[in-house]
Amino acid sequence: MGKTLAEKILSARSDEEARAGNIVVARLDLVFVQDSTGPLTLRQFNETGLNTIYNSARTVLFIDHSTPSPARELSNDHIFLRSFAEEKGAVLSDVGEGVCHQLVAESWAKPGDIIVGADSHTVTAGALGAFATGMGSTDIAIAMALGKTWLRVPETIRIIVRGRFARGVSAKDLILHLIGQIGADGATYMALEFSGETIATMPMSERLTIANMAVESGAKVGLFPSDSITEDYLRRQGRKEQYIPLSADPDASYESTIEIDAAQLEPTVAKPHTVDNIALARELAGVDIEQVFLGTCTNGRLDDIRIAASMLQGKKRHPHTRLVVAPASQKVLLAALAEGYITTLVESGATIVPPGCAACLGVHQGVLGDGESCLSTANRNFKGRMGNPEAFVYLASPATAAATAIRGKITDPREFL
Amino acid sequence: MLKGKAFKFGDDISTDHIVPGRLLHLRSNLPELAKHVLEDADSTFARRVKKGDFVVGGKNFGLGSSREHAPLVIKMAGVSAILAKSVARIFFRNAINLGLPVLICDTESINDGDELEVDLKSGKVENLTNGAELSFNPIPEIMLAILNEGGLIPYIKKYQDFVV
Repeated sequence: MGKTLAEKILSARSDEEARAGNIVVARLDLVFVQDSTGPLTLRQFNETGLNTIYNSARTVLFIDHSTPSPARELSNDHIFLRSFAEEKGAVLSDVGEGVCHQLVAESWAKPGDIIVGADSHTVTAGALGAFATGMGSTDIAIAMALGKTWLRVPETIRIIVRGRFARGVSAKDLILHLIGQIGADGATYMALEFSGETIATMPMSERLTIANMAVESGAKVGLFPSDSITEDYLRRQGRKEQYIPLSADPDASYESTIEIDAAQLEPTVAKPHTVDNIALARELAGVDIEQVFLGTCTNGRLDDIRIAASMLQGKKRHPHTRLVVAPASQKVLLAALAEGYITTLVESGATIVPPGCAACLGVHQGVLGDGESCLSTANRNFKGRMGNPEAFVYLASPATAAATAIRGKITDPREFL
Repeated sequence: MLKGKAFKFGDDISTDHIVPGRLLHLRSNLPELAKHVLEDADSTFARRVKKGDFVVGGKNFGLGSSREHAPLVIKMAGVSAILAKSVARIFFRNAINLGLPVLICDTESINDGDELEVDLKSGKVENLTNGAELSFNPIPEIMLAILNEGGLIPYIKKYQDFVV
């Protein structure tokens, strides 16, 4: 019997016949932490007494969650990460370089890899055909030391997407729709595997958005086949030689199959305080929004900024609605500057903050006030998420974010197209 | 045998409820961070919980971020086990890696304040308040081995590798 993508990758990296339900010990291609989980990871690593990093050239410490640091304690955590990297030879990605998952996609992930990171959105690299999953600090400490980890081979839910998105609808609406359908625990312990004609032509930026949010359905990984779009993306990052084609066997066995007609989708929003609390943007028309946040590992890429800039061109944000924009990486910021998108956004009234994660998890650079609502392009809207348990977070696409910034109320972006 | 009082929470208690991002600056100051455990779900919990007590959740307990500080501060509060209808994947591994048992069972009949007795060996939960008896799903073998050593660090110190 054939294999799913997850079974194929785990078999190749464990030298075992990896079938759903089995436990395998797999070799790791990339291990990383970021500055909110990293200090605990490094303390646990030191606790093991295993002094050496197994593969220091492929162990990365990202400083992205609180950048530049808003507090003395966090600055001291950053000092700890930098000195550990220096001492042990790990790779350091410092303040301003960007969000770990964007940088993993740009510079590290390749098809067939197994990637573990001390961050739940490690799943993002599934867009490149990598088995990429988030773990906690202790698991990552051991992964750093041994270069391997144990994994239960997940059952797979196959998601087949057909049809073309209507104007104003994108991958973000698709993944919000899917999570609304299966629930925030609909894929717990399982893999999501995406295929179908819509996926076959979907650009990498949108694949990254979908893979990123796989974890919001509980999934362990969100896997895409590696194809000509993957090859083209790797080529543009100067890593063409790392391309290998990868797809599931036609006779692979799936837990279940879900078919989605992309043409039927409409601009979709997750309401507070869970990601599966889904409504259509038009159903929420008129909800007051005090802040719009465009950015994050979900939707902070050049394509996302382009969509928002094109809609905000020659327009102003609503006077009661702040617009905060965080490009996902230095590379994205430089490209957005070169294309003139940043100028357009600043002219429309946007505040540009440095590449990083801070606003999304409520550290700084956009903490909400009591009773305020934010419409965000991020992936989570849990109570307290953006720094205040008395605030409300709605999740939507870059197009819905731009439309909402103009009107000051949740707005279906098709009104501007 | 574990014995203590149940602190009942609802469905979908996220790691943001347990240790919100606004307290990021306390993550290297664990005693201070632990004072805020589960603050956004129940601001009185940290004050009321006693050594040996149980955190009882509904479905999808611990969803969200990979932050291991979430099970860590629950453990530091003295909680002897977490009981839930279902638990998010990363949280599950994290808790076991810290030597904190997570028991999957139907928590519907447990009320806030009930006295519980948990037998990890037989897989039984006895509700001493209402007399109900529950059984929890067996913990997967590798996780049980890690739990029995008191967590992943002592496990690796002993075996130097994964023994599967």
